[in-house]
Amino acid sequence: MNTRPMRFAPSSTPAVGLAILLLAATAFATPPVVKSLAKPLVKVEAPAQEGLQVPKPPFTEGIFPCTSCHDGKTVKLNTQRRVLKDMHDDIALKHGPESRWCLDCHDALDRDYLHLASGERIEFTVSYLLCGQCHGDKLRDWKVGVHGKRTGRWNGAKEYLLCVNCHNPHSPRFQPLKPMPPPTRPEQIQVRKGSAR
Amino acid sequence: MMDQAPLQPPASDECASTSCGGGGRREFLGTAVAAVAAALTGCKTHSKEEFLQHNFQELSKDEVLSVIARLEKEYKAKYGKEVKVATTPPIPGVIFGYALDLSRCIGCRRCVYACVKENNQSRDPQIHWIRVLELDKEEGVNLQHADQYYDPAEVPREGHFYMPVQCQQCKKPPCVKVCPVGATWRDKDGITVVDYNWCIGCRYCMAACPYGARHFNWGEPNLPADEVNPTTHYLGNRPRPKGVVEKCTFCVQRTRKGLYPACVEICPTGSRKFGNLLDKDSEIRYILENKRVFKLKEDLNTQPNFFYFYGV
Repeated sequence: MNTRPMRFAPSSTPAVGLAILLLAATAFATPPVVKSLAKPLVKVEAPAQEGLQVPKPPFTEGIFPCTSCHDGKTVKLNTQRRVLKDMHDDIALKHGPESRWCLDCHDALDRDYLHLASGERIEFTVSYLLCGQCHGDKLRDWKVGVHGKRTGRWNGAKEYLLCVNCHNPHSPRFQPLKPMPPPTRPEQIQVRKGSAR
Repeated sequence: MMDQAPLQPPASDECASTSCGGGGRREFLGTAVAAVAAALTGCKTHSKEEFLQHNFQELSKDEVLSVIARLEKEYKAKYGKEVKVATTPPIPGVIFGYALDLSRCIGCRRCVYACVKENNQSRDPQIHWIRVLELDKEEGVNLQHADQYYDPAEVPREGHFYMPVQCQQCKKPPCVKVCPVGATWRDKDGITVVDYNWCIGCRYCMAACPYGARHFNWGEPNLPADEVNPTTHYLGNRPRPKGVVEKCTFCVQRTRKGLYPACVEICPTGSRKFGNLLDKDSEIRYILENKRVFKLKEDLNTQPNFFYFYGV
């Protein structure tokens, strides 16, 4: 098998060369590609199919439903890109390019929803679809349980977290934590009464 | 010597004349040996039953039941509450595997203390089954540059990454190989366990383990009664006596019931992944097949079932 392309190579017409390329491609490239593609495709819909419990989005207290203010009357729709001053000025957007702003993700016409780049409206409970538009590799890993936290049973029902449970969508970098105390150094171990003879 | 020799036959004659069975002599010898041992070592904590108990693997079902009953009684007396000691066997068709995402761990040590709480480790003298190493990004996984005593205000620190190390549940465990009494063995689900009642405390296993995963109870373990986790396993997190070696068991009391280990449940970054290596649809298999994975000190051929990977 291996010697045949070698023999043809020097005197090859374009057609033969192409055939060799194709042969080589089918011989070496195809099987691993098929294997690696097949897995995620099957797995992608797993969370939805299993009906796994995804927790509620972590809204600030009393902020949802958004339409209690954004009903088109109390607060008029303003699609002008601007820095917010009267409300939501606590939100510092540190996510992606400077030009990004609220209505790129929040739906302008019904604020109780988000929307995808396609314009399709989605609920806050499936916000991972929105995140996955850019972070497709993370979405893929999350769906198989490799990115993000899973709790429950290793051989049964599991609980997921939404992307936004760990990553604030407006400032997604994982927040630093205070570490728990370090172990006692051997030289600091105290001899207590009755502990050692 | 001369004085003692004639004393023995009358003693056995007496036993025969009072028609006590073969068990009587054995029982008498056992009590005598226990008494002598207690006198020699100054330890009076061993009951006769405990002293004569065999290796856990050799116990019959009835013996296991009586051992468990005795232990539960002892724990109740000591801690003032019901402590259940399970002997759940390995699940057939399961070999546990663990994977830890080095690109996500931030070194917050939540796992260390969740483990202590779950597994009834001694609080003081302190025993931690998990040791989190802070490493230099520039050096990579170079244990010469590891620090387990880091204590900044916030983690992760710039230029560092974190590597928690615990028992690697080797397929070829050197600790099991060196144990002179067979008090530690690798169970069918791949978990290396210790029979604390059979362990003689020689600490050969600690010397053999290249991961520093085994810990010795130098003093009487100090476990506050209100902090005792009452759901225990004989080979796992039941309260230990002084003078025995203990180690991570992948939370055998939880995982053999289908639950995740405590360190997996607590990890705020989701760096810790756990599952059945024989299940091709498990997370752990996905990681092994799709991520960059390495084993710690692979060159020693201990063949860990604990893997480190880069999730990015």
